[in-house]
Amino acid sequence: MLIPLLIIPTITIFLILVCRSHKQVKVVSAAGMALQLIYSIYVLIEYLNLRSLGNIEEMLFVQSYQWFESFNIYFTVGLDGISASLAVLTAIVTFSGVLATWGLEYRVKEFFISLIVLSTGVYGFFISLDLFTMFMFYELAVIPMYLLIGIWGSGKKEYSAMKLTLMLMGASAVLLVGIIGLYANSGSGDNLTYNILELAKLNLPLDVQKFLFPLIFVGFGVLGALFPLHTWSPDGHSSAPTAVSMLHAGVLMKMGGYGCLRVAMYLLPEAANELGWIFIVLTTISVVYGAFGAIVQKDLKYINAYSSVSHCGLVLFAILMSNKISLNGSVIQMISHGLMTALFFALIGMIYERTHTRDINLMGGLMKTIPFLSVSYMIAGFASLGLPGLSGFVAEMTIFVGAFQYSDTFHRTATIIACASIVITAVYILRVVGKLLLGPVENKDYLTFRDAFWNERAVAVILIIAIAGIGIAPLWLSDMITNSLNPIILKLRSF
Amino acid sequence: MTIDQFLLMKNEILLIAIAVIVLIIDLMTDNKKILFPVMIILFIFTTVIGFIYQTDGELFGGMYRSTPLINMMKNILNTGVLIILLQSAGWLINKAENHENIGGFCFILISSLAGMCFMISSGDFLMFYLGLELATIPIAALVAYEKMKFLSAEAGTKFILSAVLSSGILLYGISILYGTNGSILFKDLNNSVEITNLQALAFIFILSGIAFKISLVPFHLWTADVYEGAPVNITSFLSSISKAASVFILLILLFTVFINFSEIWNELLVYLSILTMTIGNLFAIRQQNLKRFLAFSSIAQAGFIPLGFIGGTSLGASTVLYFLLIYVFSNLGAFGVVSVVTSATGKESMNDYNGFYKTNRGLSIVMMLSLFSLAGIPPVAGFFSKFFLFTIAAKQGYYFLLFIAVINATISLYYYLLVVKAMFINENEQPIEKITSDVYAKLGLAICVLGIVFTGLFGIIFDYINTLSKGI
Repeated sequence: MLIPLLIIPTITIFLILVCRSHKQVKVVSAAGMALQLIYSIYVLIEYLNLRSLGNIEEMLFVQSYQWFESFNIYFTVGLDGISASLAVLTAIVTFSGVLATWGLEYRVKEFFISLIVLSTGVYGFFISLDLFTMFMFYELAVIPMYLLIGIWGSGKKEYSAMKLTLMLMGASAVLLVGIIGLYANSGSGDNLTYNILELAKLNLPLDVQKFLFPLIFVGFGVLGALFPLHTWSPDGHSSAPTAVSMLHAGVLMKMGGYGCLRVAMYLLPEAANELGWIFIVLTTISVVYGAFGAIVQKDLKYINAYSSVSHCGLVLFAILMSNKISLNGSVIQMISHGLMTALFFALIGMIYERTHTRDINLMGGLMKTIPFLSVSYMIAGFASLGLPGLSGFVAEMTIFVGAFQYSDTFHRTATIIACASIVITAVYILRVVGKLLLGPVENKDYLTFRDAFWNERAVAVILIIAIAGIGIAPLWLSDMITNSLNPIILKLRSF
Repeated sequence: MTIDQFLLMKNEILLIAIAVIVLIIDLMTDNKKILFPVMIILFIFTTVIGFIYQTDGELFGGMYRSTPLINMMKNILNTGVLIILLQSAGWLINKAENHENIGGFCFILISSLAGMCFMISSGDFLMFYLGLELATIPIAALVAYEKMKFLSAEAGTKFILSAVLSSGILLYGISILYGTNGSILFKDLNNSVEITNLQALAFIFILSGIAFKISLVPFHLWTADVYEGAPVNITSFLSSISKAASVFILLILLFTVFINFSEIWNELLVYLSILTMTIGNLFAIRQQNLKRFLAFSSIAQAGFIPLGFIGGTSLGASTVLYFLLIYVFSNLGAFGVVSVVTSATGKESMNDYNGFYKTNRGLSIVMMLSLFSLAGIPPVAGFFSKFFLFTIAAKQGYYFLLFIAVINATISLYYYLLVVKAMFINENEQPIEKITSDVYAKLGLAICVLGIVFTGLFGIIFDYINTLSKGI
């Protein structure tokens, strides 16, 4: 059931290899990714069907193949509500990313192959139930980034690409120690395992947990832009080409959050309770720092990169608050942020193609010349600052309600500080909207702009429908997530 | 001696036969063009026989041993040398000054390989030493092969001097061992070796002697100059095949003769490993000459190998074997590209590779895959072998070593990416023009790529090696 999620992109890559013209490459990629989107929605529906029939197993569609017998490594895939929704998110963002890159003319084949390899890594990561394959897919998703930013990027792309790759690979090295540590402590003799479900049944001694938890949390946290290791993110996002920014901010950073939740919190719950406060402090700083960072930036991409730091910080913050409501909020925030940030970066790319600048001080009055893109930008902005009716509101509301469940001073203070970010977000979003979209037209050339092309319209419409859909009818999503969170909550609450 | 017993040595016999045939053809004909294809066909035949026909037994009262594991080691070496021979075709056939000496080159290379096979098959220290010398001394001639080049001649001298010194130290260790135990047979030593001061000294000497060959820091000083001076294909031979053979015999010695010393060598290897990885990396970062760069990176790679020895488990042994198998493919892939480029254009500097992808797509992709495999990036094979080495270290509780190793793996990624960056990202007005490599080189690179891509993905290969190494 789940293996096609990996096979469809692989076949697409092979088909791209035999394509002859740029046009063919684009069509094949778009078709492949559309098929992937349809298939992942089908998986989601099947998942919901099985659940509604009363299937209460922790993971559905589990398939397991022996890979390295000597190390007891299996290729195990499975799906719960969290990974199902994230897989659909990945499919939406990848498909719209392909559409948003329709105008590419330079090394087209290589670009789409790298992009699809990247997305394959992400799918594999979300459906893996074995830490070995999970880690493998994690690295598989990170390395094409280097080429994508380095070759097709803009600005100081080589520096950014190297910085991003090395920081993420450094983080993955730390993570590797944590994962191997888990494996080495998972039993005795030949019974060691990487399987997440089996690892979750163990009760590791507290000192082992305390040693491994920071490694794994930091390892994944860097990908989720954990302060002070977030510095790769603004540079990387601003240099990356549009589709890569979309995928990166939209999906890759979610791998960090998902990893923290699934591995660090789920497998090492006792240490999470003991050491969580350190990371709560760090993520609170992330949230506020990212928001303040976004206020002072002038470059559109930098603004959104910092806002991503802030929003992804919120994801990790909610995970660390570790109660049912906040965890639920964290997953919704992952999806919501993934969609709206993808929309943001897509629109920024489209605007940049027209104005050839991303400096907000040089632009103005776009609402008069390109109304479709401007309105879409506004919707993304409103989702980002948490306007009711859009996905951001649901996510942030849930997170803060969850975080307020604690009555002690430490958690209260952290929550209040993090809450302040909502206000700061409003400041920078409205500032950008005011400068960029409203006001007089700064430049006569802007009057000649054509509004969105068909592919650009498609991207915006797909993403806006998803954002508004979650905003208007969040219950089915949060139900699905809540059910899947139960085992994790159970582990976390047993201490 | 029955024919069955005689056939235990089938690999060595075949190799020597090829060497002799090469020599005869070389003497008989003036047309050197036939020589090469004949030799390649014979060599492929030998390699294939090695995979098909498994032997298990002892000869000469235990002086010569053959087990499935040793067969596997020989197969790895054979495959590696086959790739190197294929890669050196262009350099040998097309260059006038080398053309005359094709026979000599092949003869020496194959004799050296036969020496290595004797070495890893040895059941006592005499055989071991003979094999080692047969493996080392001919190579000195090949290092100095381009005798008109100053660097090459210098490298040959350096190599022979350091090789002799290390052999001397090794021999001293062996003689102490003989003096204290009264035997040089591995089987006897296995029971009688114990930790006394004198025998520990002997062990240290033997370890240093072999560490010279593997070029573990601090025994690496000869490496960079020799690697730079030698012809590319010899450099690739030294840095992969010669290194692999030395690691194999080290593995056999540590796990059989010196198994009682495991506390000592565990500690020693941890330090050697840390030093080697770190220093190899630090030097590799600064290299501009691609050959020198690969040489230092191969020192850093060797630093990962001791991780598999720790604890002395058979799983560790198979991980080391697996790592070397993949290392041979990846390293030879990278060297193969350098070899093709050097023999076509003479360019070796990293800056020359700027914009390489624009003109030579295939070669750049082979290079990228090899470097990713060396750096340990999935889905290519290097990822798996490194991951397993790390797992072995962690299982024994060496987390500190593991930390150093993963940090070094990240650092090494940096400099491997520099080459990828040069090829794919950097702009260049005049990139290296399109190179059409000959069919041999293509075949060699194709074997490397297949190895890099599939050895990792097929877990069954690792499991197969693991079943072999149970009986080490």
